[in-house]
Amino acid sequence: MQTTANVPRPGGSVWTDPKVRAWLFQILAVIAVVALGWFLFDNTQTNLEKRGITSGFSFLNNSAGFGIAQHLIDYNESNSYGRVFVVGLLNTLLVSVIGIVLATLLGFLLGVARLSPNWLVSKLATVYIETFRNIPPLLQIFFWYFAVMLSLPGPRQSMGMGETFFLNSRGLYMPAPSPTDSFGLFAGAVIVAIIGVVLLSRWSKARFEATGKYFPVSLGAVPLLLVLPGLAVLLGGNPLQWSVPELTGFNFRGGWVLIPELMALTLALTIYTAAFIAENVRSGIMAVSHGQTEAARSLGLPAGKTLRLVIIPQALRVIIPPLTSQYLNLAKNSSLAAGIGYPDMVSLFAGTVLNQTGQAIEVIAITMSVYLAISISISMLMNWYNKRIALIER
Amino acid sequence: MQTHTFKPDLPPPALSVGVVGWLRANLFSSWFNTLLTLFAAYLVWLIVPPLIQWALIDADWTGTTRADCTSGGACWVFVQQRFGQFMYGFYPSELRWRVDLTLWLAIIGAAPLFVPQMPRKAMYGLAFLVVYPVLAYWLLHGGFFGLSTVSTSQWGGLMLTLVIAAVGIAGALPLGILLALGRRSDMPAIRVICVTFIEFWRGVPLITVLFMSSVMLPLFLPEGLSFDKLMRALIGVILFQSAYIAEVVRGGLQAIPKGQYEAAAAMGLGYWRMMGLVILPQALKLVIPGIVNTFIALFKDTSLVIIIGLFDLLNSIKQATTDPAWLGMATEGYVFAALIFWIFCFGMSRYSQHLERKLDTGHKR
Repeated sequence: MQTTANVPRPGGSVWTDPKVRAWLFQILAVIAVVALGWFLFDNTQTNLEKRGITSGFSFLNNSAGFGIAQHLIDYNESNSYGRVFVVGLLNTLLVSVIGIVLATLLGFLLGVARLSPNWLVSKLATVYIETFRNIPPLLQIFFWYFAVMLSLPGPRQSMGMGETFFLNSRGLYMPAPSPTDSFGLFAGAVIVAIIGVVLLSRWSKARFEATGKYFPVSLGAVPLLLVLPGLAVLLGGNPLQWSVPELTGFNFRGGWVLIPELMALTLALTIYTAAFIAENVRSGIMAVSHGQTEAARSLGLPAGKTLRLVIIPQALRVIIPPLTSQYLNLAKNSSLAAGIGYPDMVSLFAGTVLNQTGQAIEVIAITMSVYLAISISISMLMNWYNKRIALIER
Repeated sequence: MQTHTFKPDLPPPALSVGVVGWLRANLFSSWFNTLLTLFAAYLVWLIVPPLIQWALIDADWTGTTRADCTSGGACWVFVQQRFGQFMYGFYPSELRWRVDLTLWLAIIGAAPLFVPQMPRKAMYGLAFLVVYPVLAYWLLHGGFFGLSTVSTSQWGGLMLTLVIAAVGIAGALPLGILLALGRRSDMPAIRVICVTFIEFWRGVPLITVLFMSSVMLPLFLPEGLSFDKLMRALIGVILFQSAYIAEVVRGGLQAIPKGQYEAAAAMGLGYWRMMGLVILPQALKLVIPGIVNTFIALFKDTSLVIIIGLFDLLNSIKQATTDPAWLGMATEGYVFAALIFWIFCFGMSRYSQHLERKLDTGHKR
């Protein structure tokens, strides 16, 4: 039998050697990417020159000249574009953080509700989830802003809750705390109490592991948390002063105000993202097999401890990764603020500043890199957490 | 001899069967559950009757102007009067049959693909994918073979939403598959390029991508070459979506056991034939539900083109609500938009769940 006829010589052609081919492909790919990059760069240079736009980041020092409805740091019209950027970034982070906290709470509640043995509760949760996750977030933002917030009554007819909270078309007015002289003493007492509780729980855990004797931490923690700050209030007087909003003329003065844009955006993002988080929570809990519950019960753990010590730790391992991407989605969806004019980074920086300065490349590059940085840091944080709670398999 | 006759079985307790039994088991099994039920029932009572009252009972259905809405509920007259604009945007009304025809062609053309017994489905699908876009472009845009041109600035409404979604997915799918293959490649340079590309687009919000494609793309292109607004949005959407598709497809590629790769290599198949004949057919089948989910996300994301001034369904409705003749109709408008989006997205998610069950050939635990 002839078997040698079709076998290529060990040396073979250079072109059929997989290693050589791999190198060739990679070199070609890199050349193509570099060439594309150069092509774009060259075109941009030419176009910029033709339009008389000077590139560079010096525009960040120029005075902005426009006001911003909500700023967490001091800002006025004479501040620079750089400061506008920081204001926008902080507003984006504000919406993201509020949204993430609220959506997590609502999402966990809904996810558990959907698994509830109570037929009505689980059906309600299902209807909520199926309704809100199938409606575009921007549409929900528009609905809350244009159809709900803007049709609220004006300041003079505002809806009051007690005489402290007022809701009208200009936003939600609420009392604002400001620290008095004794605030330092109060804060110190709170910190000392918290440290005390941490030490107490460590001590009780160590004792429990060493001797098996159980000490209820809350027995010591609650008095500690109540007595120390209470003592501080008794000694130093009220640590916080509340400035209550009051109607003067056509608008409210004093207190904090949540502008309607912020409320609409937070509401919509919370409601939308909670529907997705609920599904993640549900699948996470369902991924823990029923045998785990049965095993825990046969070890004698009561229902509460079964949930806390057996089910939740295992469910969290499944829930965390998709939860991360929901958080990222929420942070990215907060850019939809541009649709209703909430002064977030995209609408302030990539919108107003870009229009005023014409520095398209720099502005878009800065905006995108901020989002990339947020994305990467959230996912790194979550990866770290994920690794920490991952199952250690032998 | 004494015979025993068994007494008939007692029926189960009346409280554990039938409606009462169901109610006791599902709604009132414990005091906590009873409390929950009462609370949930209160919520339903709080929401549902006023909603039905507003949307159906008190609503106005017929009329031509705002003055016809007198009963205090929803004013569906607004939606009815502006229906054409919501569906077609500014597409000339005498040419709207072209849009309808395009849609019908899509439905009729794609229908055989959903018949399980259809022979040569892949061939037909491929032919459809090649022929239909050309036909659709001819019908919608026109400008040759006797149809007058309708420029893309006149496109709008639901039609534009569907065009962006369809072109977006058709463009993103092949690009996404290539990127996924690149990410799984053995060649470090290719892998780095693909990973960078994917992670970049996945890290930024679509809105900044749209901003970029509308303000930066003209700077990137050589003098004289320019795209219209729709084209720029489409490029942004395709690049953005391809990264998400790539991750979905990568999931499928990773789920294929190593033995399949080794068996294909042992058969003497080269890279492209190994992928095309052995790996991708299995991997893509696995990720069809994932792709449908990505498509749902894309469909919802099309509403963002409002930011760069395209008149999709949402923007058409937003414009109509600012019309002085119809002020105060925001709720009706957005509820209508939500309903349309919901029907599409919910339908697709149901279809994806159906596919998941149908295609499940034992890859799951």
